[in-house]
Amino acid sequence: MNVFAVAMLGILVTMLLALVRAFLGPTVYDRVLAANMFGTKTVLLIAVSGFLTGRPEWLDLALIYALMNFTGMIALLRFSKFENLAHDEQGK
Amino acid sequence: MGTFVVGSMIEVTLFAFMIALTLYIARIRSLFAAAMLFGIFSLISAGMLTLMDAVDVAFTEAAVGAGISTVLFLGALGLTASEETRPLHHRLSAKLVVIATGLMLAWGTLDMPAYGDPDAPIHHHVAPHYLEDSEEEIGIPNVVTSVLASYRGYDTFGETTVVLTAAVGAMLLLGGGLTRARDDDPDADAHGEGSA
Repeated sequence: MNVFAVAMLGILVTMLLALVRAFLGPTVYDRVLAANMFGTKTVLLIAVSGFLTGRPEWLDLALIYALMNFTGMIALLRFSKFENLAHDEQGK
Repeated sequence: MGTFVVGSMIEVTLFAFMIALTLYIARIRSLFAAAMLFGIFSLISAGMLTLMDAVDVAFTEAAVGAGISTVLFLGALGLTASEETRPLHHRLSAKLVVIATGLMLAWGTLDMPAYGDPDAPIHHHVAPHYLEDSEEEIGIPNVVTSVLASYRGYDTFGETTVVLTAAVGAMLLLGGGLTRARDDDPDADAHGEGSA
């Protein structure tokens, strides 16, 4: 049992906690935060599993996921605030 | 051996998360929460696919499932109600059909070769040829690119045509912003012509 397996266990437990928050809600903000948290945990899962299986190149993959998670979250938050992606006015 | 056991435990845990998410999405009535949970489901699938070494499929799943689909779901929610109406009664026959189909699909997987089996037919068809000779035959270092762009070039060309046709059809159906702007403001006609 090496250090990466322990880190993986921690990531899976954190994923479970984020999942519980996404299930329980109760507000929109809780669920958006849980989804963002889960995206971050996916980045860590991929990075750590790369080291766990002896392929540290997977760190690059994890970086791409981090970028995608960030862009997706911006789009999501913009959409929940302005109800479109192109203009700044609300509900137009 | 130790790595294998740890890997299987990770996959089992992620599968358990996915099953819990599916059951919860089926039960939940708030459609915004369902859209968020679908995004999380896609992220778990992407993690699973990465663990199975299908990194390109995994990234497509993450970008489409957790990225653009969630935004499209929210766009649809902005146009409709954000709460699912409660069904008047649960149809038992529908549940039975779904369960029977699921069992048949699970039964069908029994015929498949074991996961990671090196003797599986897919590893003995054209894959060795691609891996050994594609650099010399095509001249592209990345095997996946040479398969997509050259060995299956016609296939990719057809797919691109299908996607283009679908996009053109969707744009025609939605009408685009230009016609609506002209209806609102008769002076916009000249601007529309100029910028187009």
